[in-house]
Amino acid sequence: MSVQLWTYLFVFLSFGLYIGIAIWSRAGSTKEFYVAGGGVHPVANGMATAADWMSAASFISMTGLISFLGRDGTFYLMGWTGGYVLLALLLAPYLRKFGKFTVPDFIGDRYYSQTARLVAVFCAIVISFIYVCGQMQGAGIVFSRFLEVDVTTGVIIGMAIVFFYAVLGGMKGITYTQVAQYCVLIFAFMVPAIFISIMMTGQVIPQIGFGSELVDGSGYLLDRLDGLSQELGFATYTEGQRSTQDVFFITAALMFGTAGLPHVIIRFFTVPNVRDARISAGYAMIFIAILYTTAPTVAAFARTNLIDSVSEAEYSAMPDWFGKWETTNLISFDDKNNDGKIQYLGDTERNELTVSADIMVMANPEIAGLPNWVVALVTAGALAAALSTAAGLLLVISTSVAHDMLKRTFMPSITEKQELLSARLSIFIAVLIAGYVGMNPPAYVAQVVAFAFGLAAASFFPAIVLGIFQKKMNKQGAISGMAAGFIFTASYIIYFKLINPEASTADNWLFGISPEGIGTLGTIINVGFACTIAKFAPDPPDDVQELVENIRLPSEA
Amino acid sequence: MSSTSANSYWKANIKLVLSLLSVWFLISFVCGILLVDVLDNIRLKGFKLGFWIAQQGSILTFIALILIYIRAMDKLDSQYKQAASNDTQNTVGESQ
Repeated sequence: MSVQLWTYLFVFLSFGLYIGIAIWSRAGSTKEFYVAGGGVHPVANGMATAADWMSAASFISMTGLISFLGRDGTFYLMGWTGGYVLLALLLAPYLRKFGKFTVPDFIGDRYYSQTARLVAVFCAIVISFIYVCGQMQGAGIVFSRFLEVDVTTGVIIGMAIVFFYAVLGGMKGITYTQVAQYCVLIFAFMVPAIFISIMMTGQVIPQIGFGSELVDGSGYLLDRLDGLSQELGFATYTEGQRSTQDVFFITAALMFGTAGLPHVIIRFFTVPNVRDARISAGYAMIFIAILYTTAPTVAAFARTNLIDSVSEAEYSAMPDWFGKWETTNLISFDDKNNDGKIQYLGDTERNELTVSADIMVMANPEIAGLPNWVVALVTAGALAAALSTAAGLLLVISTSVAHDMLKRTFMPSITEKQELLSARLSIFIAVLIAGYVGMNPPAYVAQVVAFAFGLAAASFFPAIVLGIFQKKMNKQGAISGMAAGFIFTASYIIYFKLINPEASTADNWLFGISPEGIGTLGTIINVGFACTIAKFAPDPPDDVQELVENIRLPSEA
Repeated sequence: MSSTSANSYWKANIKLVLSLLSVWFLISFVCGILLVDVLDNIRLKGFKLGFWIAQQGSILTFIALILIYIRAMDKLDSQYKQAASNDTQNTVGESQ
C-alpha cells in the first residue's frame, strides 16, 4: 500500500473516532460544557492535559529545532516540562479547591474586582487567540502537504472537525477526544523513534540508544554527531552557542508561561477533588515526559542520519524523499561549485543545502527508509496534536466570553440555556476568525506563538501564585502587576519582532535577554509592582482573606 | 476545625513545596544551565553528564518531584484530618 493510501486510512479512522466520541459525550449543562461536569478521572485528565498541551509546535517543530540548535535546544525541553512542577505544586490543587470554571473567575473573585476580572479576560483571550491561529495554520500545512489538498481546504476541514466536537461537547467532548488524540499522537511519535533507534544503535528504547554506540562501529552516537558537525563546520552538537543568561531566561519564561496558560490551568477544574488534581498533574507530567524525553533522541538520530545521507552525495542519485520535499521548498539545493554533489556545510558561502527545521519529524521516517505505514502515521499524529490544542484554546475563548464577560459581568441575568448558547456561538465565531487567520497567515504567526508564553508568564502566573500564597495581596497590587507585566512584555516583543526585527541582536537586547526570554523579566516586574503597590493600598476584605484560608486547606476537612 | 492545626498544616505544606522547588531549581537551572559545561567533563558511557541532565535527567527529576509531592501531601492530609477530628473530640467528647 502506498504512503498516500495509508495516510488517508489513518486520518479517516482517527477523525471518525473523534466524531464518534463527540456524539457520545454531548454536554447538557454549563457545568458539563465548562468543566466536563467536574467528574473526569485523573488518568483521563492527565492524558487530556498532555494532548491539550502538546501542540503542532511540540509535535512537528520542536524536534527539528533541537536538531539544529543542539544543546541550546534544551530550553524547550526543560521549559515546557519544568512548568508542570510549578503547576502541580503552586497552582492546580488550590485552583481546584476554589472550584469555579475559569481563570478570570479566580482572579475576579480573589481580587474582589470586576476590573481584575476584565483584565484577566483580556489576557486570556489574547494569549489563547495568538496560540490557536498557529494551530490552525499547522493543521492546514499538514493537510496540504500530505493529503494534497490546498491549504484553504485543509484549514476548512480542520475547522469543521474542531467546531463539531467543541460546540457539541464543550469541555466534556474536548476532554474525551483529547484522550484519544493523546493516544494517537504518542503512538505516532514513538513508533518512528523506536524504529530509528533500533536501526542506528540496536537499542529498542530511544532514550538508551541516545547514549549508545552506533551499529556501524563508528563509536557513540553523540560523539559521532559532534565529530560530523565539527568536520562540516557546524557548531558542536553537545555544546552551547547562546549566552548562559539568555538560555536561563528563556527556560524560566517557558516554565512560568506553561504554568500560566489558561487552557492548561482549566484542565484541573475538571477532576472531582483536590487530591485528584494533584494526581492528574503527576499523570500529565509522565505522559508529556514520554514525548519530551524522546524528542531530543529523535533530534540527534535524525541529524546524524541526515548528514550521513546527504553529505557529498550525488544530487542525481538522491532518493524520492529528497525531490518530494524540494517541491515544498522545505529542502533546497543550489549547486554552487557545479560538481553535482551536495556540500552540506556550516559555512554559508559554500553550503549548498538548506533544510527547514519543520521537516525533521515529518521527513525523518522517509529519510530513514521506514515502512510506508510509519510515514503515514506521523500525519495522523501531527493532526491530533494540532486539533487537540486548538480545541482546548477555543474553549478558553468561549468560556471567557460567555461566562466571564456575559454571565459574571455584563448580563448576570441570562439563563443557563442562554449562557450555553452564547458559549457555543462564541466558539463558532472564534473558529471562523482563527480559520481565516490560518488561511491568510501573517508572516509572524509562527513566531508569535512562542510569545503567548511570555505573556502568560508576565500576567497570570504571578497574579495567581500571589493570590494563593500572599493573603494580604489586594486588588490594586494585582491589577497593576498584571498590567505592568503584560504591557512590558508585549511592547518588548512587538518592538523586536514586528516593528524593528533587524535590531533584534544580543547587543541591543535588555541585559542580553532575547524576546523569547523576556517574559521572565515581565514576571519579575509584575511581582515587583504588585508587592510595592499592595503596601500602599488597604488590605483585602475579610471574606476574601477567608476565601484564601479556605483554598489552602484540603477539601475533606 | 481548629486554626492551630490549619496553621501547622499550611506551614508543613510550605516547607514541603520550598524544598521540592529547591531541587527543581538546582537540577534544571543550576546543573542544566549554569554548571552544564563543568558537568560535561564527567562522562557516563555515551553521554556528557551536563548534556544528559539538560536533555533527559531534568525531565525525569520533574516527574519524581511531582510524585513525591503527591505522596507527601496524602500523608499530610491524613495527619491533618486526624488532628482536626481529635480537636473536635477534645471539645465535644471530654465530658463523657
